[in-house]
Amino acid sequence: MPAGIRTQELRKVFTSPPPMGATGGFGPVRKRKDQPAREIVALDGLSLDVRGGEIFGLLGPNGAGKSTTVGILTTRVRPTNGQAWIGDYDVWAQQVDVKRLIGVVGQRPNLDFTLTAREILLFHGAYFGIDSRTRSTRAAELLERFKLTDRADQLARGFSGGMMQRLSIARAMMHDPQVLFLDEPSAGLDPQTRLLLWEIIREYNSSGKTILLTTHNMEEADALCQRLAIIDHGRNIALGTPAELKASVPGGYLLRVRFGSHSPELIERLKRLTGVREVRAQTHDDGDSGVDIYADRGGSLVSEVASLTSSAGVELSDVNISEPSLENLFLHHTGRSLRD
Amino acid sequence: MNWKTFWALFARDAHVARRNFVPLLLQTFLQPMMFVFIFGRVMVRSGYMPDSYKSLLLPGIMAISMIFTGVWAVAMPLIGEFQFTHEIEDRLLAPIENSWLAIEKVLFGAAQAVVAGLAVIPAAWLLLRPVELNLLSPVTFAGVTLLVALLSASGGLALGCSVSQTQIGLMFSMVLTPMIFFGCTYYPWSALGSFPILQKVVLVNPLVYASEGLRGTLVPQFPHVPVLAVILALVVFDTFFLLFGLRQFRKKAVT
Repeated sequence: MPAGIRTQELRKVFTSPPPMGATGGFGPVRKRKDQPAREIVALDGLSLDVRGGEIFGLLGPNGAGKSTTVGILTTRVRPTNGQAWIGDYDVWAQQVDVKRLIGVVGQRPNLDFTLTAREILLFHGAYFGIDSRTRSTRAAELLERFKLTDRADQLARGFSGGMMQRLSIARAMMHDPQVLFLDEPSAGLDPQTRLLLWEIIREYNSSGKTILLTTHNMEEADALCQRLAIIDHGRNIALGTPAELKASVPGGYLLRVRFGSHSPELIERLKRLTGVREVRAQTHDDGDSGVDIYADRGGSLVSEVASLTSSAGVELSDVNISEPSLENLFLHHTGRSLRD
Repeated sequence: MNWKTFWALFARDAHVARRNFVPLLLQTFLQPMMFVFIFGRVMVRSGYMPDSYKSLLLPGIMAISMIFTGVWAVAMPLIGEFQFTHEIEDRLLAPIENSWLAIEKVLFGAAQAVVAGLAVIPAAWLLLRPVELNLLSPVTFAGVTLLVALLSASGGLALGCSVSQTQIGLMFSMVLTPMIFFGCTYYPWSALGSFPILQKVVLVNPLVYASEGLRGTLVPQFPHVPVLAVILALVVFDTFFLLFGLRQFRKKAVT
C-alpha cells in the first residue's frame, strides 16, 4: 500500500523571513528591535488528502504557500498550527521515520558543490544506509537515465542549471523513496529536458510511488497530475482532476475585454448573448475598465461583442480569447491571473 | 540513533577535507609556523628573547592552531551552507535527528583540531630545536588536548550558527583576534600579574585555559594555572558552547 500524504488545517505564520522559495526573493530582512515582527501568513488552514500512488499537483502563483506546504511536509518548516502525515507518520513528531519515506527536490539548487555528481549520489545513498554495491549500481543507472554519465566524475560546481536540476532529481530518487516531492521541478529546464523529466516522473509513479509536485505552469499540471489542488493565499480554493477542474469553469472559454467605461446596461446586454455563461466587471489598475466573459464559445463571440459595444458608444481597446484552461479556472476562482 | 547515517555523514566530511587537503594545510599551519619562526628563531637567535621562550611559546602555538582549525572547520561550512549554498539541506533530510548532524560536525571539527594540534609539535620542534618538553602525564595531556579540540569545534558550531555571512570579517577581527592576543598564547597567564584587572578579565576567554592547560601538561617547568582548574573550566566552556550551538543549529535547521 503506497504511502499517502495528509494535512489537516495547516497554518504557518512567519515572523522571520519565509524560506526563499516562498517569497521569490533573496536573503534575510533585518528587523529592528523596536518594531513588532512583521507577520506573514503563508498557510491559512490548508487541508489536503493525497492518495498513495498518485501524482498530485499544487498549483498556484508565487507566494501562494506551495513551498511552505512542501517545507512542512518534508520536516524543514515547523507548522504554526495543524498537523501533517506521510503514510502513518506524523511529520512533526516522527521526523526520522518520515525522512526515510521521502525524497525531496527543492526549488533552489542545493547540491554538494565539493563532490562530483557520482559522489553526490553515492553519499546520499550512504546516508540512507544502502550498501555500497547497490549504491554504485543505482548511481550508475540514475546517471544514465538523467543523461549525466559523461559528466559523472566532475564536480557539480561547474554544472549548468539544467544539469544541476537533473542531478537533484536523481539524488532524490537514489534511496527509492515512497513519496517524492518536487518543488517547481521543471523551472529552468529546456523543453526537451522537461519532456524527459515528465517521462521519468510518470515512470516512477507507475512503480507505485506517490508524487507531489508544485508548479505554476498550467501545461505541466495538466499533462502530469492526476489530481490538482489550486491554492492561493495559503488556502485550498479548488480540488479535482485537471478535467474536472476545467469543466467547473462556466463555459470554459474566457474573453477578456477592455474598454474605456462600462454600464450595467451594457453588461446585461452582453449576458444575453448566445453562449455567454457569466460576465464579470473588472476595473484595472490604469483606470480602464473591462469585463471577463465566460462562455462556451470563443472567437465567434468577438464580432458580436464588438458590435454591441460600438452600438453602446464604447470603444474597445483590447480583446483576449483563451481556450478552456487551468489559467481560466484560477482566474475564475481568484479574480487574478496566475501570472500576476 | 542511526549509526550508519552518522558515519556516512562523517565520511562525507572526511572526503571533502581530503579533497581540500593542501589549502587546509596552508590555512592551518602557515601563520603559526611564521610566528614560530620569527619569535622562536629570529628573536631568540638575535638575543631579543631568552632561549627558554621557545619552550614557552610551543603550547601557545599549539592552542592557537587547534582553536583556529576547529572553529574554521565547523563554522565556515555552516555559515556558507545555511545561508548561501544550501548544501546542508540534503544532509538535513538524511534519516537522523538534526542534532546528530550538528554533533557529527563537532566531532569532525574536533578530530581535525587534534590532528592540527599534534602536527604542530613536530613541526615547531623542527623549527625551534632544541625545545624542552616535559610530558609528565600523557593521560592528562591527552585529556586536555581532547577538551581543547572539543572547545574549538563546539565554539565553531555556536559561532557558525549565530554569525551571518556578512559578519565573517567582523567575527575574525572582533572575536578570534582578541581571543588570540588575550588568550595567554604568547605569554603565561602569570605574566599578566602586573595588570591585575586584565588578569581577571581574560579569564572569560576560553583560549586562556587551552594555552594554560597545554602549557601545564607539556612544559610544566613554566608557571601555569593548575591543570585541574583548567580541566574544570574547559568542561564548563565545552558544555556551554555545545548546548548553545545545538540550540542555534536546531533553530537554523527548521524555519
